[in-house]
Amino acid sequence: MKKRITWLLPLLSLSFLLLGVVSVQAQSGTPHTPTDDEVNAVASQLYCPVCENIPLDVCGTQACAQWRDLIREKLSEGWTTEEIKTYFVEQYGDRVLATPPPRGLNWLVYVLPPLLILAGAVILVQAFRAWKTPTEEPLEAEMAPSTPEAAFSDDEYIARLEEELKNR
Amino acid sequence: MIANLGYGAVLITGLLALYGIVAALYGLWRNRPDWVESARNAMLLTFPLLSLSALALIYLLVTSSFEVAFVAEVTSEAMPTYLKATALWGGQAGSLLFWAWLMSAFTSAVTLRKWERDREFLPWVILVGLVTLGFFLLLILVFENPFERLWALPDGSVEQSILRPMGGVLFTPRDGNGLNPLLRHPGMIIHPPMLYLGFVAFVIPYAFAIAALITGRTDDRWIRITRRWTLWAWLFLSLGLVLGGRWAYDVLGWGGYWGWDPVEISAFMPWLSGTAFLHSVMIEEKRGMLKHWNMILIITTYALVIFGTFLTRSGVLSSVHAFAQSAIGPAFFIYIGVTFLVSMGLLFYRWNDLKAKNQMTSLLSREALFLLNNLLFIGILVICFWGVIFPLISELATGQKVTVGPPFYERATAPLFAAMLFLMGVAPLSAWRHSTARTLGRAMWKPFLVSLLAPIGAFIGGVRLWAGLLTFWLAAFVASVTLYEFWRGARARSRRAGEPFPVALWNLAKRNRRRYGGYIIHLGVVLMAVGIIGIEAFQAETQKTIPQGGEISLRDYTMRYESLAFFDTPDNRNVARAVVSVYKNGKYVGELHPRRDFFYDSQQPMTIPGVRSTMEDDFYVLLVDWMPISSEGATFKVFHNPLVNWLWWGAWVFIIGTLVAAWPDKDPAEMAAATVKVPSRKPARARAYGD
Repeated sequence: MKKRITWLLPLLSLSFLLLGVVSVQAQSGTPHTPTDDEVNAVASQLYCPVCENIPLDVCGTQACAQWRDLIREKLSEGWTTEEIKTYFVEQYGDRVLATPPPRGLNWLVYVLPPLLILAGAVILVQAFRAWKTPTEEPLEAEMAPSTPEAAFSDDEYIARLEEELKNR
Repeated sequence: MIANLGYGAVLITGLLALYGIVAALYGLWRNRPDWVESARNAMLLTFPLLSLSALALIYLLVTSSFEVAFVAEVTSEAMPTYLKATALWGGQAGSLLFWAWLMSAFTSAVTLRKWERDREFLPWVILVGLVTLGFFLLLILVFENPFERLWALPDGSVEQSILRPMGGVLFTPRDGNGLNPLLRHPGMIIHPPMLYLGFVAFVIPYAFAIAALITGRTDDRWIRITRRWTLWAWLFLSLGLVLGGRWAYDVLGWGGYWGWDPVEISAFMPWLSGTAFLHSVMIEEKRGMLKHWNMILIITTYALVIFGTFLTRSGVLSSVHAFAQSAIGPAFFIYIGVTFLVSMGLLFYRWNDLKAKNQMTSLLSREALFLLNNLLFIGILVICFWGVIFPLISELATGQKVTVGPPFYERATAPLFAAMLFLMGVAPLSAWRHSTARTLGRAMWKPFLVSLLAPIGAFIGGVRLWAGLLTFWLAAFVASVTLYEFWRGARARSRRAGEPFPVALWNLAKRNRRRYGGYIIHLGVVLMAVGIIGIEAFQAETQKTIPQGGEISLRDYTMRYESLAFFDTPDNRNVARAVVSVYKNGKYVGELHPRRDFFYDSQQPMTIPGVRSTMEDDFYVLLVDWMPISSEGATFKVFHNPLVNWLWWGAWVFIIGTLVAAWPDKDPAEMAAATVKVPSRKPARARAYGD
């Protein structure tokens, strides 16, 4: 899992940076009217509590417009993104978050796929090993004529290509 | 009358399917070819009968026969005729009939082929086809009948049923509800049929696989017979996915094309296992290996096809409780379970017969790399499956609903997609059976050097995001390897045969269209990857409320809000249409018309973006809101989507590549020559190197 997270790290850090800017602004205490972009930055991390699988920043229903107004209100009161998210979770449950919070049963969602893929890789490696134990001699003979040195001369390439094309 | 005709046709088809199943089994049991022939005739009859039924429903839809409940549900008087006709797949009952109709077309077509050397497959293929078809017909007949009519009862209530209830009078509503506005889009008209075609066509290779398992023919004959069917299935499924993405981009108004929604994923999953299958069958054809694995892949694909229909049709996605209440949910669940278990049971029964005698000789051989590719495809499949299933498990176990949204899928699948791109660059250069790091390195260094130009160019151009640079390099690497393969093959051929280069290229591709079609598909994927990384990593958005004449700037673009107009349309919409001038680096580049349609009959709004699209980027403007009283101020959401057009162009290349690979051979003699070489009864080992 760790590896996966590092992959999108730049992307994530970019968005966190953006959020950081938002929260710093929000925390600075001076009352200001949050811009639409600031509201959307929070809303995009939350899911509409009534519609299926629609992020709050794009949902077109009246209810979602009101929730966005709520976010705006909270931001202008100086709430941080995390505080607003926690507030929404308390009000509407975990389903408003884009991914399940990592606790209890939810750990399964993060742990199981990497484990299964790892298991697949292990099976594959073992299969390779099993296949590689020579059981038939003729195969070695078949391999012999292709020395690595000759492999990429044109003639060798044509021969290989011909063989591959023939055996469709 | 017409409704009864349509219903009668479905009923007779259902009985015919049942008869066909019994006849095929009896013919097998008593070794009576005439009974098998009769089962085949039953199979062939299902298509004209279901055509009659589907045409009857289309007739009812087009003539606005609102006394039929389904017609009233999905159409309205104001809809244009073509939309009324295509509303056939605009609702549950109609789409099940449509599914069954396509299914009968495909299975009938495959039973029409010449069966001389594969006679023993025929009854089993008929059986699998008819069981699948029969299941869908059962759903239509028992649970979701599109021909049910509305009846007004003496107590004032309205009931829907096929037969007239006691004291019921036919009830015709003045107008129907109309099709969901989101579905009134060209993309949505073609997208479902393409998906369904892909779904039903995958039943064919599955049917042959099951036939091979039951008859104990352990060679790769079933794969060779169904090769093109599989490619066509895959083409339709790919087209369906791309059209769905395009539709989302054009209609859903959130600036993207793919939201990792469970419905999207349910169509993506059979595509993943199908793609893995397309690659790994080549190992069986060339090397006689992986027979078990190919069986597992095609059985999984079939299960996922039904599962995809189940997910979108059973209501299970909104809540497990909705699933329990829906009539067809449990039926689907049982059917998937039973077919999957039976298929797997058959596979285990034949397990020892399918053991390969060949070995994997090198970890860098083509077959080994194909296996790695399979691991990646299945890895992505596992992530998708788990992400879709987990909210249901959570709801069942704890009563708590959770969302598994895009961040989960993106983080989990991105490294696998990147690895897959890398493999796509390496695998075409590796040889079957034997490759070493040295031979691969020799083949790779030239394209590798060329490919470095892309990230270097991007870096100089100002790209600093390493995920972006990596993707650009991977894309360039695959592209240069693939083009290098074309060039090298054609040059070698042109030198040897003395043909001019373009002729040599043409003849080379003609020699093995699957191989070179596959390479074209790879090039398409590369273009799509560039588009995807463009929008995923470099998208920018902003939202502002501005007065008339006001401006919003985003990166190089500036839009000026010129005016806003409101008008009603004949098909019952109220349209709010803004006029927006677009400037790029201060230079006027055109006018866009983002709008918001409000559908009176369904009380639903729809946001349609104004898009300026170039190969470099898309400037995408949404009209989000406006001041209710005056039209002076309006809120716009503006997206800058770099490179996204590459995604759509890549999709075209992808489709052309698939057509090259799947197009039937013109020359029947050549086909015969290609197949005669294959001894039908000998074990696969005998011809692994034979021809």
